[in-house]
Amino acid sequence: MSSDAMAIPSATAEARPCVEVVHEWVTTVDHKRLGILYIVYALLFLVVGGIEAIIIRIQLIRPHNDLVSPQVFNRMFTMHGTTMIFFVAMPVLFGFANYLVPLMIGARDMAFPRLNAFSFWLTALGGLLLYFSFLGGNGLYGAGNAPDVGWWAYAPLTAKAFSPGPSSDYWTIALLVSGFGSIGTAINLIATILCLRCMGMTLNRMPLLAWLNLVMSGMVLIAITPLSAAQIMLLVDRYLGGHFFDTQAGGSATIWMHFFWIFGHPEVYVLIIPCFAFMSEIIPVFSRKPIFGYPVMVGATVCIAFVSLSVWAHHMFTIGMNSYANSFFTITTMAVGVPTGIKIFNWLGTMWGGSIQFKTPMLFSIGFLFQFLIAGLTGIMLASAPFDWQLSLSYFVVAHFHYVIVGGILFALFAAFYYWYPKMTGRMLSERLGKLHFWLFLIGFHLTFDVMHFAGILGMPRRIYTYEPRPGWGTLNLVVTIGAFIQGAAILVFVTNLVYSYFKGAKAGNDPWDAWTLEWSVSSPPPAYNFASIPVVASRRPLWDLKHPEDPDSRYE
Amino acid sequence: MSAVTSPFTERSPEWTLPYKGKVGMAGLIIAESAIFTIFVVAYLFYLGKSITGPTPREVLETPIFFTICLLSSSLTIHLAGKELENGHRKTFLILWSITIALGALFLFGTALEWHRLIYEHGLTISTNLFGTTYYSLVGLHATHVTAGLVMLTVVLLFGLADRVGIDQAARIGTLSLYWHFVDAVWIVVFTVVYIVGR
Amino acid sequence: MVRSDQIRRPLSKAAGIAVLLAGGLLAASLCFGAPGDPSPLPSIFDPRSTPTKWIYDLSHFVLLITGLIFAVVFSLLTYVVVKYRKRQGDDGREPAQVYGSTQIELAWTVIPILVVVVLFLVTARAIHSIQDAPKPESAVEVVAIGHQFWWEFRYPQLGVVTANELHIPVSEAAHPTPAFLTLLSADTDHSFWVPQLAGKTDLIPNHVNHMWMDPNQTGIFLGQCAQYCGTQHAKMLLRVYVDTSEDFALWVRGQQQPAVLDANVTAGRRVFETTACINCHAVGGTVADGRFGPDLTHLMSRHTIASGAAENTKANLRLWMQKPDVIKPGSLMPAMQLSNADLDALVDYLETLR
Repeated sequence: MSSDAMAIPSATAEARPCVEVVHEWVTTVDHKRLGILYIVYALLFLVVGGIEAIIIRIQLIRPHNDLVSPQVFNRMFTMHGTTMIFFVAMPVLFGFANYLVPLMIGARDMAFPRLNAFSFWLTALGGLLLYFSFLGGNGLYGAGNAPDVGWWAYAPLTAKAFSPGPSSDYWTIALLVSGFGSIGTAINLIATILCLRCMGMTLNRMPLLAWLNLVMSGMVLIAITPLSAAQIMLLVDRYLGGHFFDTQAGGSATIWMHFFWIFGHPEVYVLIIPCFAFMSEIIPVFSRKPIFGYPVMVGATVCIAFVSLSVWAHHMFTIGMNSYANSFFTITTMAVGVPTGIKIFNWLGTMWGGSIQFKTPMLFSIGFLFQFLIAGLTGIMLASAPFDWQLSLSYFVVAHFHYVIVGGILFALFAAFYYWYPKMTGRMLSERLGKLHFWLFLIGFHLTFDVMHFAGILGMPRRIYTYEPRPGWGTLNLVVTIGAFIQGAAILVFVTNLVYSYFKGAKAGNDPWDAWTLEWSVSSPPPAYNFASIPVVASRRPLWDLKHPEDPDSRYE
Repeated sequence: MSAVTSPFTERSPEWTLPYKGKVGMAGLIIAESAIFTIFVVAYLFYLGKSITGPTPREVLETPIFFTICLLSSSLTIHLAGKELENGHRKTFLILWSITIALGALFLFGTALEWHRLIYEHGLTISTNLFGTTYYSLVGLHATHVTAGLVMLTVVLLFGLADRVGIDQAARIGTLSLYWHFVDAVWIVVFTVVYIVGR
Repeated sequence: MVRSDQIRRPLSKAAGIAVLLAGGLLAASLCFGAPGDPSPLPSIFDPRSTPTKWIYDLSHFVLLITGLIFAVVFSLLTYVVVKYRKRQGDDGREPAQVYGSTQIELAWTVIPILVVVVLFLVTARAIHSIQDAPKPESAVEVVAIGHQFWWEFRYPQLGVVTANELHIPVSEAAHPTPAFLTLLSADTDHSFWVPQLAGKTDLIPNHVNHMWMDPNQTGIFLGQCAQYCGTQHAKMLLRVYVDTSEDFALWVRGQQQPAVLDANVTAGRRVFETTACINCHAVGGTVADGRFGPDLTHLMSRHTIASGAAENTKANLRLWMQKPDVIKPGSLMPAMQLSNADLDALVDYLETLR
């Protein structure tokens, strides 16, 4: 493994039969290929989920619109939410983790490569199964095909009485299957990070991306599984005559809510923590300074992981819990904002005194900081239970969580794409298209999601396929829809950039950004074995030490 | 250039990281514990809330013998692992087989109990909340016992083909962790269902 | 390239702010409906009862704190982005590599914790005031039962059963007559949300909830179901009529009467009582005693049908019975498959149920 053999020259581009290439990709256990498979898979579903969103927005462009029937609309918002969370966000983040973690810790692959492949294909199968429901399912009162019970699938709407056909089962089983895939990847990441670090890389010297994916994986283990358990219970109810959520037999509808949100809330931290990781790698490089307060960044993340397990019922403030329970979840929810806010300060501290370069990854990172700040503040508003009694279940909440997921997570993901695409493909993404993508998306995003808050304030609930002509609702919805189209255009620019640059982008070389972590020490793309000889490190930024032998980080840590 | 050298010239000899098999299995155990926790919570939540049908007190009989079987199998698998580490393949195989037999006996006991509950007391998964939560929880555990037995049997077959030696001791240890977990879960389930729940 | 970047970044901030402000001004101008507005606006910032007033006051405090935090952090972000941008003259040397600062990190941990404590205490007080408010003797008790996709309202002490349009008396400070609602559900989860009168509370099967509201002004207040409950969740609308105490007493008396028995419409009444109508609907004082659908005893005392989806006119009534999917596709009202003659007779009958 650590021989000094010369790097094997990369294979020349000879024409190979298509079947052979496909076979290689389908049977791969290489973390880099699996990472790319995850990412491409997620991008495909991003487009699908985006189309569902466009349909929703066109239907809501004016009161009493009739582009689609209520049955179709209800399927659209259910599938949009389910797709985006489980088949876009989770896979793309696991994809980046898969690709980057072994490279960043100086390993040749993940701890369990075959489990890695198995987990990917489970997730892929889950997505296909969910979408097969358009052909094979049957919804509320037999009224359709794909699931139409909302992505939370609240009981008893999912009971056989109210959802006699199999569409709820497509939801349940697709997510059960992909959930097991997620657990497999989480186990893999934990084992990789704890057991395969190169010599000298103590936990204290690990890149923050590795640390945060470790924390995220730990959360996946105990957050996804409650959903799996609840889904097994739902299947018992629907097929074995069980009564877990059967209110007629004394069962409880609220216990589904508790189980779902015990999954649901940590899940959103599972999604955001890898994005914190991206920011913690990208902002330092483009500010030309190390991350400010590495130990606190780790500590704050661990803190978030623990506290986030205690906040779930802030999604249930309206269900009639007593005042003590409501107060408890108010304080824990506000408390989790503290370590989260600290991270924003640390990123600002990183930029302070730096020399900021406004390349596309940094533009998206700055957008992230601005939007995540606002999202966190509207979160504080929602954390205050009485305020939440007005804001929840309205478009205010929809605006809030899209602010986090699109304004936060997606912006961070775009930054990650522009930053690591050169490593993965050997080509730079076009800066011009990148900036066009950024500006278009920024404008579209704010047009949609800033304005959306006010629709909620004016009393517009969520998940409605049409609305009465109340004053202001029509105008607000029109603006929101226009913003959606602008974001769609921006996504097209992004996809064009991805494809065009693959063939025509400037050659990247090993280290186009003058960065400091191990993945930039190998070629772009890296060879199959990652490193010719396993590195030995002495600090958090091994490449800084190499480039600045007169002033290595190891002297200060 | 894909090699990175550090300014330090000496390589630290003390660079051992945990065994990935154990870490991976620990991760799986944590995840499974979360699943069981949710089923236990549902069981406890629904105690006393059944509208109809038999109650736990009326129909449950504490399975002491079969519990002892299962818990003893933890001892035998532990001893088996030790024997393998010392190279005593034959003793390992014997203890391993006893483990499987004890586990199978436990499953048989569960089957007996369920047969009695269904045919003598009319308690099924759809009878009432108690039936639903009981069969789900105990059934989930039994499924894990079954999966464990399958894996143990596969190892037994490999062992009989003389392919399990000292070199596989670490992996046997990892598998044993799973088996210990299954037993630990039973302690919890047993306490919740047969002690607290009555 | 670098210079235009330097200008663009602050410009992008400005662009973002402009959009925010424009949206804010636009929406703010729509947030406040005038009292007695013919098309009332169910804004959460237009409280007309005590619980919503308390929430409104709390929201001011929360908005103040979050606004301050935003101002501080946003200023820091803008400052950093402008001041520390890479400039043309930079010679490519790396800036000072600073790893952290314990004092600064301590400060920006302690201050947010204090903010959270204060916010929490203020919030907890509001939670208790609203949720644990005692029910006075003079409260009007209503039991609200959520159905797919309509609202059943029962006044147990008054012997009144109605649907979709809730009547409650205005509550005067001198002699408060708040409405205390018990919330139940006949099928799936729903949520009662009339933003000007109370924060929303869910209606969950096998789970009893409570809420209260004491409107300080007469008028009509609009709301709708806020918890997704199925195909026609969007048209499960709410109308709350806040009457003067005299008008309320009048309305109650009217609702307490048995159904009007008009001899001119016996044909229609026979159609009603001999077809499937009575499986779902009740008409007080007749054989019709169905509970699945709304009580029709005083159907004509309501301004809307189909839980607000259509105005209560003759044409709409007829359409509702003949082709309900035109008004509310996916609702549980079946198309009655009646002949035109029967339909006309039926409508005439229903129109007598004042």
